[in-house]
Amino acid sequence: MHEIELLINGRPYRGAAEARTTLADFLRHTLRLTGTHLGCEHGVCGACTVLVDGVSARACLMLAVQADGAIVETVEGLAAPDGTLHPLQQAFRDTHGLQCGFCTPGMLMTLIELLRETPQPTEAEIRDAISGNICRCTGYQSIVDAALRVAGTVGMEDTAR
Amino acid sequence: MKPPPFTYFRPGTLHEAIAILSRTENAKVLAGGQSLMAMLNLRYVFPDALVDINNLFDLAGLDIRPERIRIGAMTRQRRLELDAALFEVLPIFREALKLVGHRQTRNRGTIGGSLCHLDPASELPTLALLLDAEIEATGPQGSRLMPVGDFITGYMMPGIAPDEIVTAVEIAPWSPTHGHAFHEFSRRHGDFAVASAAVMVERDGRGLVERCAIAIGGIGSVPQRHSAGEAALHGSDGGTAAVAAALESCTGLEVLGDFHGSPEYRLSVARAMLRKSLAVALARAGERARSS
Repeated sequence: MHEIELLINGRPYRGAAEARTTLADFLRHTLRLTGTHLGCEHGVCGACTVLVDGVSARACLMLAVQADGAIVETVEGLAAPDGTLHPLQQAFRDTHGLQCGFCTPGMLMTLIELLRETPQPTEAEIRDAISGNICRCTGYQSIVDAALRVAGTVGMEDTAR
Repeated sequence: MKPPPFTYFRPGTLHEAIAILSRTENAKVLAGGQSLMAMLNLRYVFPDALVDINNLFDLAGLDIRPERIRIGAMTRQRRLELDAALFEVLPIFREALKLVGHRQTRNRGTIGGSLCHLDPASELPTLALLLDAEIEATGPQGSRLMPVGDFITGYMMPGIAPDEIVTAVEIAPWSPTHGHAFHEFSRRHGDFAVASAAVMVERDGRGLVERCAIAIGGIGSVPQRHSAGEAALHGSDGGTAAVAAALESCTGLEVLGDFHGSPEYRLSVARAMLRKSLAVALARAGERARSS
């Protein structure tokens, strides 16, 4: 077993994992942070997308031991402590950008990365960014609408929580 | 599924990494992990040990000189995609990298990892072959540089020993007026290509093609240089007849069928991609030659 210490959404966490445990399973099973979803487990569906040291990564294609000492951001860090939704989450809700919600954590974290780099993305940039995230409910249009709705309105303070 | 059990090593130096590989049976090197981790999760591979080289920070980075471009094996694909200096000398890198997986995988995926995985449909091996790259492998006896043709030994078979690690890729730049293009067809954005065609061209003062390289990916067991097509273009004006001859001679390429389609289908897709890439690269070479 390997001891792993990391910072998740600004809070220190510690746990033990076998070398073969993926970051996704470590988050969900060991740390009980079940907001990160696991779909295909081979890097295709994008549901497990989290930010590692500021950039998006598939949590199923990383070992937990590789995240030792890392700064990880997951969907649990988006809403305010009082439960107020992040503007991007609110936009998803307002535009029906989710139905079953399975892909949503990965979609949100992917779009947070995009909005930090490109606060006012075009529709084409949004579609390119989420091209690695599969949704089987919405047909994507309402997800693109949600991202367009917050384009230019989400400040760094919103995405850097 | 979940990965099978293995022993995990995270060496801090290249020397240590090679020493571990030398004394450990059935070990695999873990670079960016964007192919290997998926293969572990699916249990396509059962290594007894993983040697994680993500802490070998000296293996990441670019050194761009007029006569030679050196790219460290652990340089992330996303870094290569965004690097302004590399874009200046070899813009085809950015064009090809936009087709590699997705941003989430390019953030972690490395050039060395992609070359060693050596999927015939992936873009970076095709690009390395196109650019006559030299691959540096380092083992117990030190480092050696091999031509990419020696490195590509067969389907997903890189020409390195079990105790060697690919440490860098070296490429000679082309003339600043060269034209380039990389096109591929895949069923969905980011999927492996059914066929890809990469082209580099230089024209002389009269507009004749004086240097040309063509690489085709995805259709055979390895990426292939299309030397008959290169010969058809060499010395020509790059006009309709020369392009038609280059497309016609694609019949000499190795083509395999799979669930994406028959050999005939894949060859026709390869031709269509090559037609596009030739048109774009020839036009770009013309523009850049005129403006210089």
